[in-house]
Amino acid sequence: MSTLSLAVRDSTTMLRRNLLHARRYPSMTLNLLLTPIMLLLLFVYIFGDAMSAGIDGGDRSDYIAYIVPGLLLMTIGSTTIGTAVSVSNDMTEGIIARFRTMAIHRGSVLVGHVIGSVLQALVSLVLVGLIALAIGFRSNDATALEWLAALGLVAFFTLGLTWIAVGMGMGSPNAEAASNSAMPLILLPLISSAFVPVDSMPGWFQPIAEYQPFTPAIETLRGLLLGTEIGHNGWLAVAWCLALTVLGYCWAQGQFNRDPK
Amino acid sequence: MTNPAIAAHGLRKSYGDKTVLDGVDLTVTEGSVFALLGPNGAGKTTAVKILSTLITADGGQAQVAGHDLTADPQAVRAAIGVTGQFSAVDGLITGEENMLLMADLHHLSRPEGRRVTAELLERFDLVDAAKKPASTYSGGMKRRLDIAMTLVGSPRIIFLDEPTTGLDPRARHNMWQIIRELVTGGVTVFLTTQYLEEADQLADRIAVLHNGKLAAEGTADELKRLIPGGHVRLRFTDPIAYREATRTLDDAAHDDDALTLHIPNDGSQGALRGLLDHLDTAGIQADELTVHTPDLDDVFFALTGDTTVTRTDQPKEAVR
Repeated sequence: MSTLSLAVRDSTTMLRRNLLHARRYPSMTLNLLLTPIMLLLLFVYIFGDAMSAGIDGGDRSDYIAYIVPGLLLMTIGSTTIGTAVSVSNDMTEGIIARFRTMAIHRGSVLVGHVIGSVLQALVSLVLVGLIALAIGFRSNDATALEWLAALGLVAFFTLGLTWIAVGMGMGSPNAEAASNSAMPLILLPLISSAFVPVDSMPGWFQPIAEYQPFTPAIETLRGLLLGTEIGHNGWLAVAWCLALTVLGYCWAQGQFNRDPK
Repeated sequence: MTNPAIAAHGLRKSYGDKTVLDGVDLTVTEGSVFALLGPNGAGKTTAVKILSTLITADGGQAQVAGHDLTADPQAVRAAIGVTGQFSAVDGLITGEENMLLMADLHHLSRPEGRRVTAELLERFDLVDAAKKPASTYSGGMKRRLDIAMTLVGSPRIIFLDEPTTGLDPRARHNMWQIIRELVTGGVTVFLTTQYLEEADQLADRIAVLHNGKLAAEGTADELKRLIPGGHVRLRFTDPIAYREATRTLDDAAHDDDALTLHIPNDGSQGALRGLLDHLDTAGIQADELTVHTPDLDDVFFALTGDTTVTRTDQPKEAVR
């Protein structure tokens, strides 16, 4: 069997294993969905009027439109915490040692995790998206092409964050540590343009907020769904996705290829 | 002579400044059972991890199934099956799903995978538990599932790291039976154990690992002969004959209640003949004469005991 078909076959097997885990123990995935959903409802219904006053004096429905793209990306950040935890858990299992002594494609263990997590994140996105629709989010002017681009963006962004989360999971001795080290992935959106525009932040902080990975992705998604100005954020977002993917991939695989303790 | 299943030369491994393996040479003949015996922390698991490609050695080289560990680890992996000390099953999925996972990773076809799974679940008495998550299994069941998973790819060489640790006596004997069946099928088994009885029962050859070095290697009998401390036991039924013998054989330890004498003797032909001649000359007629060679316990404790007490003449008393 060629290396590629071996890789595909073994990765598919590993993916099936991870999806089986996810299907049998959905509680973690669902728990992680609570954070973005609560924040969505909190910001729309509790803070909505006050917040919308800050963004060009619109009303609550304008704020729904503003906040949803950010919360969609925050959903990704949230589900990747689950990835870090499950990778960390998995690495402490004896079965990983078994995989390492089998003539299988070496990368397939982590690739299976990543693809499984990306699929779970996309399902989570659909769930959060449906809630957003239910509370009044509309994207009337987006073309099919823009929807496609939006889907591509969130998938690519998920891929990047997931590889980073896998790296974090590999580097953590246990699930608690993995959950802690992945915390920035859900905190970063709070200091992005997800809830308030960057130019309402203190001047010294604006560059940080503007160039961290979430803001360009949020601005791009917002532009694609709502027709706002994307500008250089599109390229920045793609660059971040690529950088996170490559960095996370090398970090995670590097750790996996090292001798286990 | 055929190539050995496992050949290792000068294996070294250290973690930080702690040397775990300090130049270990091993040769395991195809189709045999090789036991690596040693106390906790002797480096047994490290040796298995290196030979099964899980970790890399710091020095030395080894061929497993004719393939070099560093040059072609994938070829080694294709020939071996490993059951580690801690159960290598996926606790979140069922026993059957674990087996099918292995079948998929060995690239068996769907029907073939199902057939092998059904067969092994049956053979290892796991049919009733097949649909339950592996995390709910007892220790013995987990170990059986573990070995069943190892067998899915029909490996030619199987590594078993302390296969019976933590098992109750019945499960242990079942495990021995399983290992014997494997060998009957032509598989080479490399096992580690801290139980002497286990090595004695199962292994064709035994190596005693102590402080990262091989303290001794050979068949169980060869190892037993390494240790002096054997004796000949003479039992009498007649107290008068017993007292007579006690007077004549002044170097013997005596047990007056049981009317037995223990005469130091290494059990070799010459020494036995000398003793018998001596008994004949003295006219001593014992009712029973038995030769006691040291058992593996003696060997083990003598070889792995504190090395500052190097004399091994009285291993039992000294170490127990």
